[in-house]
Amino acid sequence: MHELSICESIADITTRHAAGRTVVAINVRIGQLRQVVPDTLVYCWELVSADTPLAGSRISVEPVPARVRCRRCEAVTEIGDVPAFECRGCGGFDVEVVSGEEFLITSLELATEEAGA
Amino acid sequence: MGRFHRHDDGTAHAHDHEHPDDHEHDTGDHSGYATGGDRVEVLERIFDENDRTAAANRADFHAAGTRVVNLMSSPGAGKTTLLRETLARLAGELRLGIIEGDIETSLDADRLAGFGAEIALINTGNGFGGECHLDAPMVRSALPRLPLADLDLVLIENVGNLVCPAEFDVGEDARAMVYAVTEGEEKPLKYPVMFRTCGLVLVNKTDLLPYLDFDMDEFLGNLHKVSPAAEVLMVSARTGEGVGAWCDWLRAR
Repeated sequence: MHELSICESIADITTRHAAGRTVVAINVRIGQLRQVVPDTLVYCWELVSADTPLAGSRISVEPVPARVRCRRCEAVTEIGDVPAFECRGCGGFDVEVVSGEEFLITSLELATEEAGA
Repeated sequence: MGRFHRHDDGTAHAHDHEHPDDHEHDTGDHSGYATGGDRVEVLERIFDENDRTAAANRADFHAAGTRVVNLMSSPGAGKTTLLRETLARLAGELRLGIIEGDIETSLDADRLAGFGAEIALINTGNGFGGECHLDAPMVRSALPRLPLADLDLVLIENVGNLVCPAEFDVGEDARAMVYAVTEGEEKPLKYPVMFRTCGLVLVNKTDLLPYLDFDMDEFLGNLHKVSPAAEVLMVSARTGEGVGAWCDWLRAR
């Protein structure tokens, strides 16, 4: 259940950036290698945001697949559902992760000033 | 929602670009809801606060001349037994500290008492059934209870869990994990992040191998797929096999 503590971090960041305005949605980018279960995150967000100024806002998850770049043949390939950190092009294991470790709040959707007033 | 979607071409992912500050989307978010409001860019990493605290922990450890190893595993893989054997061998030679993460009890800390190590227990109970990991602020809260300047090595026994602890930098110098041969050969494929994040994998309970159908080559092959550079040590905390090599690894930190 580390989604719970993650939601507390999300609440802190969101509150700071919203600067008192009403938050409608929080757009979160999550890489495949972040072991965050989006449904659990959404559920925990309801728990954490309840009875706070963020109640009623929702989390929108933008998933990013994990990809590796091969240092030998330069191919960029996905690691797949059964993960293998090897190049799907040449089978080499000398690869670097180029995506899939993202975990950030990209943006907030705020109510318009009139609606939030 | 709930699954990561994939694209056949492997590269042209519509969401996978960074958004510069002057970049605005014409339409709403990715949810399909019309938002009808204002969008503000944030682009802030959710672990920033944890990572800042981890950096502070690391600075304190280094200032005190203390090396720190974060030890992780699933529940029951043998972390505490291994630590007990480790303390028995190293206590007279290195000044040791233990940071012990446990959801509710002091049972593990009790098992490690009496070997001359300084022990700081962190109960991670939070009213929701307990945190499943140690994070940097939790470890920071334990530091005043350890005489860091008098310690050569601090071993952090993380909460037994193959998922969450891997996500949190707590300020350690190195990560090691205990994997028991009773857990099955496919674990590296199911928990690749944990196996990748640990420079050393201790394969424990090797004394049970004669009684199991465990296929060591298959396990090592799976480990290699997710972590080609992982160092592996075969140990049995129960018989002491390999514990000396683990102690050598610790001395070299």
